[in-house]
Amino acid sequence: MSLSREQVEKVSLLARLRLSPDELEKMTSQLQQIVGYIEQLAELDTEQVEPLSHPVDMRNVFRPDQVCPSTERAEMLAGAPHTDGEYYLVPAVLGD
Amino acid sequence: MSDAYEIIIGLEVHVQLLTESKLFCACSTKFGAPPNTQTCPICVGLPGTLPVMNSRAFELALRTAVALNCQIAPYTKWDRKQYYYPDLPKGYQISQYDLPFSHDGWLEISDPKGRIEPKRIGIIRAHLEEDAGKSMHDEQAGEADSRIDLNRAGTPLLEIVSQPDMRSPAEAKAYLTEMKLLLTYLGVSDCNMQEGSLRVDANINLHVANPGGKPIATPIVEVKNMNSFRAVERAMTYEAERQFEVWKETGRRLGDVPKQTSGWDDVANITRAQRHKEESSDYRYFPDPDLVPVTVSEEKIASVRAGLGELPADLRRRLEQTYGITPYDSDVIVNQGEATVAYYLALAQASGDGKLASNWLQQDVLRTLKEQSIEIAAFPISAAGLGELLQKVKQGEVDTTRGREVFMGMLESGRSAAEVMQSLGIEQVDESALVDLCRELVAANPKLVADIKSGKMQAAGAFVGQAKKKNPNVSPARVREICIELIGQMS
Amino acid sequence: MSLVELSATQLKSELEAGRLTSLEVTQAFVDRAQKFDPHIGAFLRLNADQALEQARAIDDRRRKKQPVGALAGVPVAVKDLLCSRGELTTCASKMLANFRPPYDATVVARLKAADAVLLGRTNMDEFAMGGSTENSAFQKTRNPWDLERTPGGSSGGAAACVAASMVPLSIGTDTGGSIRQPAAMCGVTGLKPTYGCVSRFGLVAFASSLDQIGPLARSAEDAALLLEAIAGHDPLDSTSVKRPVERYSQTVRQPLAGLTIGLVREHFAEGLEAEVEQAVRDAVKVYESLGAKVKQVSLAHSKYGVAAYYIVAPSEASSNLARYDGVHYGHRTDESALHADLAAERARLEAAHDQEGLDKLDSPLVALYRRSRAEGFGPEVKRRIMLGTYALSAGYYDAYYLKALKVRRLIRQDFDSAFEQVDLVLGPVTTSPAFKIGEKANDPLAMYLVDLYTVTANLAGIGGIALPCGISKSGLPIGMQLQGPPFAEDRLLRAAAMFQRATDWHEKRPMMKYE
Repeated sequence: MSLSREQVEKVSLLARLRLSPDELEKMTSQLQQIVGYIEQLAELDTEQVEPLSHPVDMRNVFRPDQVCPSTERAEMLAGAPHTDGEYYLVPAVLGD
Repeated sequence: MSDAYEIIIGLEVHVQLLTESKLFCACSTKFGAPPNTQTCPICVGLPGTLPVMNSRAFELALRTAVALNCQIAPYTKWDRKQYYYPDLPKGYQISQYDLPFSHDGWLEISDPKGRIEPKRIGIIRAHLEEDAGKSMHDEQAGEADSRIDLNRAGTPLLEIVSQPDMRSPAEAKAYLTEMKLLLTYLGVSDCNMQEGSLRVDANINLHVANPGGKPIATPIVEVKNMNSFRAVERAMTYEAERQFEVWKETGRRLGDVPKQTSGWDDVANITRAQRHKEESSDYRYFPDPDLVPVTVSEEKIASVRAGLGELPADLRRRLEQTYGITPYDSDVIVNQGEATVAYYLALAQASGDGKLASNWLQQDVLRTLKEQSIEIAAFPISAAGLGELLQKVKQGEVDTTRGREVFMGMLESGRSAAEVMQSLGIEQVDESALVDLCRELVAANPKLVADIKSGKMQAAGAFVGQAKKKNPNVSPARVREICIELIGQMS
Repeated sequence: MSLVELSATQLKSELEAGRLTSLEVTQAFVDRAQKFDPHIGAFLRLNADQALEQARAIDDRRRKKQPVGALAGVPVAVKDLLCSRGELTTCASKMLANFRPPYDATVVARLKAADAVLLGRTNMDEFAMGGSTENSAFQKTRNPWDLERTPGGSSGGAAACVAASMVPLSIGTDTGGSIRQPAAMCGVTGLKPTYGCVSRFGLVAFASSLDQIGPLARSAEDAALLLEAIAGHDPLDSTSVKRPVERYSQTVRQPLAGLTIGLVREHFAEGLEAEVEQAVRDAVKVYESLGAKVKQVSLAHSKYGVAAYYIVAPSEASSNLARYDGVHYGHRTDESALHADLAAERARLEAAHDQEGLDKLDSPLVALYRRSRAEGFGPEVKRRIMLGTYALSAGYYDAYYLKALKVRRLIRQDFDSAFEQVDLVLGPVTTSPAFKIGEKANDPLAMYLVDLYTVTANLAGIGGIALPCGISKSGLPIGMQLQGPPFAEDRLLRAAAMFQRATDWHEKRPMMKYE
């Protein structure tokens, strides 16, 4: 599977990254190289193999339904780039 | 609606579960707090924070799925659904993708008024996920910023996806009504649509009649922003007609165009297509490595089932069988909710007459609640107190018409039936005085006597009328009985 | 002997005996760091005043015979991706240049509870992505053994500050070798614990199913001391395993009798530099001389480790780093410039009647995301986000992510069967000693292949320890790695300590004649 520049551009939108034309060019060739290496996995027959997504086999980890005081709003908003003291602010959300 | 097409509707219901704390952190889930005062590093997704699942949320989800006759998966896991939106602070929603904790259930719907046939609506799956925050935008302000409140972010949400089994807007509404009732009985959600604790999206398309061939499916449209069950009904009606017009115009079939999303405009009474970027549907699900899977044993499912209590459908059947009331009556009572059912049961007990209790509950109690916009819990007359009145009605101590006066008196004064009756001067007429009165009437009305003798029993009604004029406290039934008896003795 | 040359274990007992004060100790390390770190660049922030103040307070408490924690008065450095309440936590990224978390990572809280003196925050590859610490957005860290070379990475600062005796103990994280590889390249001892051994709460995630926090120190004994302070179940981390914390520092001096060591056939394949191979084989002989048996084992799928790792890790990273969008915290692009650019672009497209261009034009919100992220992340982070986003995208999941998880299972099974035959596996950490700064900077794949011997432990979730076992002809440290079955940290530490009692490689220090 060869990765095209168009695909890389699409992925950059999915990943919400802005790439300049030069960056896109470089990214495409680097990803092609890496993906080419990764594709050696295809030579392994894994039909009968169960995927392993968690390295430790744990089950049923829960916490009790107990409320603890929330963090002060001022402290939470202190690190936000743009607020009105009550809300986080973003450019108008219109069908995005 | 017409023979030209059949409407196919499937519904996705999101309900907030009634937990104290959020799904993955200890922030409160209470509605209505000032913006961003119920958040913490975990639900705002600050770097390094990790989710730990609320056991109660899973319990409530399980309870619901069992009540919806779902298969419970012995092994379930959580996945990340990834998309960018400012009210989704982690850039992904923790949800369930390929291994939801439950699947393949059903909910039975019916309409005692007979507008729809009783049927089972299939449930494809129910899964547990976290809610997003809210983004607010002031349209008038034009280019101004949108404001983000994350109080709701992380609230436990159960998504229940139905099969496309509904064939009319009325069925869709009946499904939602029954679903809400069930969820309320289960105590898993308050189902308050105004506060967003119950939200509905619909998938709708048509199967257009195709003489001599298989019906043709039109493209599926997902309709959002419906804020009441009535809105769902209206949106479905509108959308079906709209799709049929589009079909006639374009002939487009299912698969010809990508799935469209529309929003219901409750003011304009129309659906509007929403802008849809192709890439936004690539959610890149993968198992959340921060959460471990959950396994559910057969014993666990059995104990959840045992603890469900009596669900609406069973309750209706019990009321019909125990008290001899009609399916219509049991439906009205059960649909009022548990508190009303409890009131009814107490009333039936106190009055010793389930049918009478049902009539009074529906005609007098429920009407009063509606007029005064109060809940049954705030209704001033206790079931025992009303039961006392009904017993008197039943025993003929007071007739129904005067009984209503007593009811109103009890409502206004807060006094007992006996006290109100006394103040209204209602008292049981002494039997011998009643017989004397009837003798008097029989003697004074030879024409009526002749009518009754010739079999025109309705003439007895006139005796009742005259008796009531002379003494409003007489029991109409007794007057009738006594007069007929006296006339019978005359021959 | 200078104070800074004492081990953490020695410092602890001297402090407990009252022969040293924490203030003296901390001052010695602060002086050392202030003298040498300008050359090395291991610390992003040396918190000298704060550390000295903390040391004074601990001394005070000790004088008053008040209870003190297990690391009371001993300086510890923390990699700059563990949240510390109210303190900058940057992950060496422009994205988080001003980020002050309102909470402590569990490990930081435990260090504070143990009364460790928090000396400073160490440099790293941005978001722990890299093997040379060159990907830091703020500064390069140089290898104390040769300033032209990298210290390895991503915990390069953490390893370099221990190697240069600027701190006795240091906290690193390891996602694909990020503790063990810089430990080897800097000639220190570094342990990557079994997944689930140390809480990840407050560790800014790179790849959640692979990340583990662990100690870097000058010896296994010291590493045991630090691990004991940070390990153990944490209810805030669902993947933290419930088991009692072992008393590593008590048992680390006990030799292992009847030890069987496995040599992995695949570890000695082509690519391994001769002097590294020799040093590792010499280490095997040391173990044999200590009574250990040696057996050949095979980890047949280990050659697929890097490929599987570079699917799993970037996929998880692409998701974990989605939260950096310039809305709730972190870097945000200049909004007025953004709106001006968008308006200009719109006008240009309208003038050209370019409808397709107009349709494709990002909304202000999408543009805000894309610019904020493009400005906040460095090239390697972007590369991995792109790679992971691609691997998880529609149509590729099965071929990449799912496939990698299956290979991951095979790699784990290889280890499981190896550990049926041997107690530990011994092998190299890297194919070669520390490489030069800039040497692999333009070849991402070559950089990824450095992780060849280390990624498999992360994929399998098992523990591994790197420790020095030689010096190359060019005067650079060479490391070896011991790997054990899950939760065999005690065994790893004791085996490493056995070796360190029999050899003095771990006591070799760089010359550091920089002036």
